[in-house]
Amino acid sequence: MDIQTWTFIIVGLTFALYIGIAIWSRAGSTKEFYVAGGGVSPLANGLATGADWMSAASFLGMAGIIAFAGYDGSVYLMGWTGGYVLLALLLAPYLRKFGKFTVPDFIGDRYYSNVARTVAVVAALFVSFTYVAGQMRGVGVVFSRFLDVEVNTGVYIGMAVVFFYAFLGGMKGITYTQVAQYCVLIFAFMVPAIFISLMVTGNPVPQLGFASSGEDGVYLLDKLDGLMTELGFTAYTDGTKSMTDMLFITAALMMGTAGLPHVIIRFFTVPKVSDARKSAGYALLFIAILYTTAPAIAVFARTNLIETVEDTPYEEIPAWFTKWENTGLIAWTDKNGDGKIQYRPGDAVEGRQPEFIESRGTQGQRMISNASSSANELYVDRDITVLANPEIAGLPNWIIALVAAGGLAAALSTAAGLLLVISTSISHDLIKKQIAPDISDKKELWVARFSALLAVVVAGYFGIHPPGFVASVTALAFGLAASSFFPAIIMGIFSKRMNREGAITGMVAGLGITCYYIARFKLGWIGNPETSTQEHWWWGISPEGFGTMGMLVNFAVSILVSRFTPAPPEEVQGIVENIRIPSGAGEAIEH
Amino acid sequence: MDIKQREKYWKENLKYLGILLAIWFLVSFGFGILLVDQLNAFKLGGVKLGFWFAQQGSIYVFVILIFVYVRLMNKLDKKYKLDA
Repeated sequence: MDIQTWTFIIVGLTFALYIGIAIWSRAGSTKEFYVAGGGVSPLANGLATGADWMSAASFLGMAGIIAFAGYDGSVYLMGWTGGYVLLALLLAPYLRKFGKFTVPDFIGDRYYSNVARTVAVVAALFVSFTYVAGQMRGVGVVFSRFLDVEVNTGVYIGMAVVFFYAFLGGMKGITYTQVAQYCVLIFAFMVPAIFISLMVTGNPVPQLGFASSGEDGVYLLDKLDGLMTELGFTAYTDGTKSMTDMLFITAALMMGTAGLPHVIIRFFTVPKVSDARKSAGYALLFIAILYTTAPAIAVFARTNLIETVEDTPYEEIPAWFTKWENTGLIAWTDKNGDGKIQYRPGDAVEGRQPEFIESRGTQGQRMISNASSSANELYVDRDITVLANPEIAGLPNWIIALVAAGGLAAALSTAAGLLLVISTSISHDLIKKQIAPDISDKKELWVARFSALLAVVVAGYFGIHPPGFVASVTALAFGLAASSFFPAIIMGIFSKRMNREGAITGMVAGLGITCYYIARFKLGWIGNPETSTQEHWWWGISPEGFGTMGMLVNFAVSILVSRFTPAPPEEVQGIVENIRIPSGAGEAIEH
Repeated sequence: MDIKQREKYWKENLKYLGILLAIWFLVSFGFGILLVDQLNAFKLGGVKLGFWFAQQGSIYVFVILIFVYVRLMNKLDKKYKLDA
């Protein structure tokens, strides 16, 4: 059977599975809709968190980013895993003990203020929408790549599937579909990785293959460093980023991970405080399986790419090269006219992507209109690292189809988790808590369902008409979460003295300065665009890393302001006392 | 549970947090970034040690840290009879 047929069969089967689970796990109350009734086992929650966390970008993009960034890519590996240590040690158990439904719930009650609650809702919506737009687009892109449909059609199919189980099941439906999605995505990621590792190093464990040698007896990383320096690149194991920037980006990603509402609410679904700790451990374990495999794939792929293409005549290139050239993910321009491929540092094309023209070159290669003047002749899209893996390893067609199902599972599960945060923010934090407190549970459930519908439509709209800034802002959502939620929650738990005034001014200051910096240096909306370049960054910190600075500002402002304003009331200090003690969380507070 | 007991429980918890977070900082920000050049003088198998911590080692340690904390806190909860 050909790849196309296999893909339809496997993707169809997985979708049927997700929809079956959705029907089986319909939500009957708001508690089931918001936190799956608080009865999810730590293991199931760990699996669901893994799928929630790993998006299309992790599944398809992670190995690629590292393959092309080398040591610099470490910020993502450490940043997106280290945050779980903070979650497990500093946030999850206490928020579970607090026992309500959302992050704004905690902020609003702990800081006895609807202003604080509203600031938190706005921040949650802002972070989740920037994140979800990228996911819906990702669903469309995966569909278009594997099933040959228009990107927009793919977005519509994705919207329909996510809507179905989010509308029916809320958190309960989402949790159990995410468990299934984790299994699909990790299987789809690991099978090609194991085969490639065997092929390259003779060791089936990619994490060990990473540290071993190839057939020629030379250690893989030494060989890659050698190949790269020979061609004029920085060595793979040396970075180009400054140490300060590495520190700031890693920290921003860690604190941001720990402050993302769609991750935090997953820990409201387990029965006990000790379960919240344990399930954070499981979650990181399941995430680590993919995150420690990705750098191994990255090394295999980069080495293989250089060895295969460098100085190779175009006529002798393997079939996968021309296949991905035809989809536009690879482009080659024979700049020096020798008929061979030269892969060098620098951009091969002007702008982000190659622009193909109709005609073919003398070797049969696709011609592009925007070749750059650098000596580099080869354009390679980073996503190819994972996409082309099964073909490079010569694996059967059904495994290629499996990778498609894995990519879709990753994108759908993350989108669903985010949509739930958005709908909960609207139905619970805004309507139930502020506009119509007397609403019955049944009615609130319907409001929640229609908020989910609204959220899917808005997210789908952004997926089809992506605002120009979405691509760059997704990574920045972490900086925003780090500079707003993280300090407010930490101080809410670890300081009894932190009060309403401190928390609100801190969140506004942290979020404000981070937004300003991003608008100034990343988007170029404020100030002279000519001075928004790297030389003008404050202390050499990139916009991706500035969330750490925003977080420090948040802490500083909060502590300063709280010293000059009255201490929180007695009963709020009682809340803090109470969340520090793990017992008695079994009966999650109904309200 | 009286106030003294609560405070003792909380202090022990904070002590665990301090130690575990120090390790968390050391393996990622320390070994993976600040000391990476010094550690790269050594090798683990075919990988420079600093680079290995940045791309593999820190993640393994993170997983271990959480499970160690789970164990420590389960014991502590039992000691203070808070595991109900």
